[in-house]
Amino acid sequence: MGRTNDRTPTRHAMVAAASGLALLASGCGYLSGEGGSSGGTDTADVDCSPYAEWEDIGGTVDIYSSIRDEEAERMDRSWADFAACTGITIEHEGSGEFEAQLPIRLDGGNAPDLALIPQPGLLQRVVEDGHALPVSDGVRENVEAGWGEDWQGYASVDGEMYGSPYGANMKSMVWYSPTYFADNGHEVPTTWDEMVELSDTIAADGTKPWCVGFESGDATGWPGTDWIENALLRTSGTDVYHDWISHDIAFDSPEVEEAFDLTDGIIRNEDYVNGTFGGTDSIAVTSFQEAGLPLLDGGCAMYLMGSFYGAQFEEDVEIAEDGDVYGFVLPPLEEGGEVPVMGGGEFAVPFADRPEVVAVHEYLSTAMYADSRASEGAWVSAHQELDPANLADPTDQFAAEVLNNPDTVFHFDGSDAMPSSIGTNVFWGGMVDWVTGSSTDEVLEGIESAW
Amino acid sequence: MEYSFLNDLPKVVWMLIGIAGFLAVIGLMLVVIDIPRTRRDRWQAALFLAPALILLVGGVVYPVLRTTMLSFFDRSGTEFVGLTNYLWMFQRPEILLVLRNTLLWVVFAPALATAVGLLYAILIDRSRFESIAKSLVFMPMAISLVGASIIWRFVFAYRPADQEQYGLFNQIVVWLGGEPQLWLLNQPLNTFLLILVLIWVQAGFAMVVMSAAIKAIPSEIIEAARIDGAGAWQLFARITLPSVWPTLLVVLITITVQTLKVFDIVRTMTGGNYGTSVIANEMYSQAFQQGQVGQGSALAVFLFVLVIPLVIVQIRRTRKARELA
Repeated sequence: MGRTNDRTPTRHAMVAAASGLALLASGCGYLSGEGGSSGGTDTADVDCSPYAEWEDIGGTVDIYSSIRDEEAERMDRSWADFAACTGITIEHEGSGEFEAQLPIRLDGGNAPDLALIPQPGLLQRVVEDGHALPVSDGVRENVEAGWGEDWQGYASVDGEMYGSPYGANMKSMVWYSPTYFADNGHEVPTTWDEMVELSDTIAADGTKPWCVGFESGDATGWPGTDWIENALLRTSGTDVYHDWISHDIAFDSPEVEEAFDLTDGIIRNEDYVNGTFGGTDSIAVTSFQEAGLPLLDGGCAMYLMGSFYGAQFEEDVEIAEDGDVYGFVLPPLEEGGEVPVMGGGEFAVPFADRPEVVAVHEYLSTAMYADSRASEGAWVSAHQELDPANLADPTDQFAAEVLNNPDTVFHFDGSDAMPSSIGTNVFWGGMVDWVTGSSTDEVLEGIESAW
Repeated sequence: MEYSFLNDLPKVVWMLIGIAGFLAVIGLMLVVIDIPRTRRDRWQAALFLAPALILLVGGVVYPVLRTTMLSFFDRSGTEFVGLTNYLWMFQRPEILLVLRNTLLWVVFAPALATAVGLLYAILIDRSRFESIAKSLVFMPMAISLVGASIIWRFVFAYRPADQEQYGLFNQIVVWLGGEPQLWLLNQPLNTFLLILVLIWVQAGFAMVVMSAAIKAIPSEIIEAARIDGAGAWQLFARITLPSVWPTLLVVLITITVQTLKVFDIVRTMTGGNYGTSVIANEMYSQAFQQGQVGQGSALAVFLFVLVIPLVIVQIRRTRKARELA
């Protein structure tokens, strides 16, 4: 820069600095004032009596989860009254990369106040890394009163409770079309053999009885793990299932192989799959969202997928026992045998113990909240006092009935409960290899050697 | 929910605060620089260098040191495990596949992208529609790799033979009387199809730079060669190629560095499934999805080591060019 005009640059700089600072000050003033748009619903028309114990706490709680879009809006509505009455601002952030981002936020000292963690394996990891806090006494009492021992166990590490169950889903559900079944004189099978017979009948008519799809972005393969877990629960029962998750039996042990063989008979059977999508290898590249849609036009007859799949159907599709689609519980091997149910769910895990965080967490673990969230639709909880009248979809009611039945033993999704390096990676990848032609032995040995 | 500008107002205010803060800092710097001082030059240098230096240390040097350190520790970064993570890398068959894929990318993507760019630049040189032809090939450069990958996912889409095809590739196959293929599933073809996406995006860059280099060849030389009776091939091999060789190397190295880091394409197209993962994708998956920070760091360090020689060559060439100038 030339030095011929000595004063001007200084003046310009002064002006820039001064105006910058002025802007800075006014902006901060705006934000600290009435700037925030969140919170602040009118409490006049809300009955605040149920929330009396958390009255006038105030403050802000941020919740981090994998829940987004429509579902997140339903969630925001479900705690709006609570927030208005207690003066607590609840800020929810949903991320499609939740499982990967949560540990990064925790390591970076940027922990959310509460996280809704969908995998006990991940919950265990954040506890072992020393980030999660044990739940408050109020939450523990709510959880002990509201959920069965199985659910309490999934929320605990070494006997200490670190989270409260939130939503739940049932993954032992076979979606089918009641209309298609009725038109062709088929009945809902009650044993595995009946289901195979039914598949043969449908295949003889020239229709592929099953739809299967494993593609799910970087989680590709997980629907396959659901098949194996359901099969293992049926062939070997609860104890072996839990030994398998905790690696007390090897991944390539004969019991697991038997479960693979049972699944093999259906999803790697060229006569059975893959309704309107191609050969069995098309399973690997068909997205799980898309895979069940041919049920509607007779492209296939059955589709094993969680209770949450109802959200994939357009609004004019009738989900009912005599409607366009409905579900039945994947049958046991033998008549009258125990029907094991497998599924998943989220856990609300606290990372801060400020009074407002404790209050929100307590509220989330009540039956009152479960009812409030359920009445917004498309959601089920395993809370035993959840009022089924609040559930909008028949499949949600069906799932709740199965989940909250005291005789049901709920088994958490095995791949979600395993250490995440196995459950969310090697196992998923193994299922993709398996449907694209790798032998059962190769896949099982591969996963075992990685553990 | 309806979009409302009012709801986003706090964000806008934050942005304005950010801009204001930036202006304030710049203004402050200018003021300080303008204060007459003895040894003002040194102050000036320090002030201008400081932000870059802070960013360099905080954003590059520190992460490199920490990642290198973490690569010698276990998954949570607490227990020293020596070279275990590096041995793991060369022992697991799935990681060896990842290394092989990265090798395929590095061997084919830069060479093909550069070759396509060079060929195209020569073909359209001084033609009537040169600018239009150039824009056509350059346009994909403007698309992000994720966007490009989504486009190509549709191109490779599969439907069985008895259904309507919506993937361009399979539609062509069907028109030619063939069976639709599961393109993204067939190894190792799928890796080459992903490489095709990078070539599609990068050929434009290669073409523009090569075209400039070709135009810089003095026309006297070309005329002289013509008069001496050189044919098209001789002109290319004896005049054009040697003249543009330095530029060609720069383009090759730039695309190679890009290729080593390739992540978006693999992640969007296949998520690393069906045997298509590469080092950058595997590094993310190991460190962040599976929580194997040590193994992820080892992959990162390995990738870093692969890039270093290329960067050194690049710097050497730039320095030499500057000395010549």
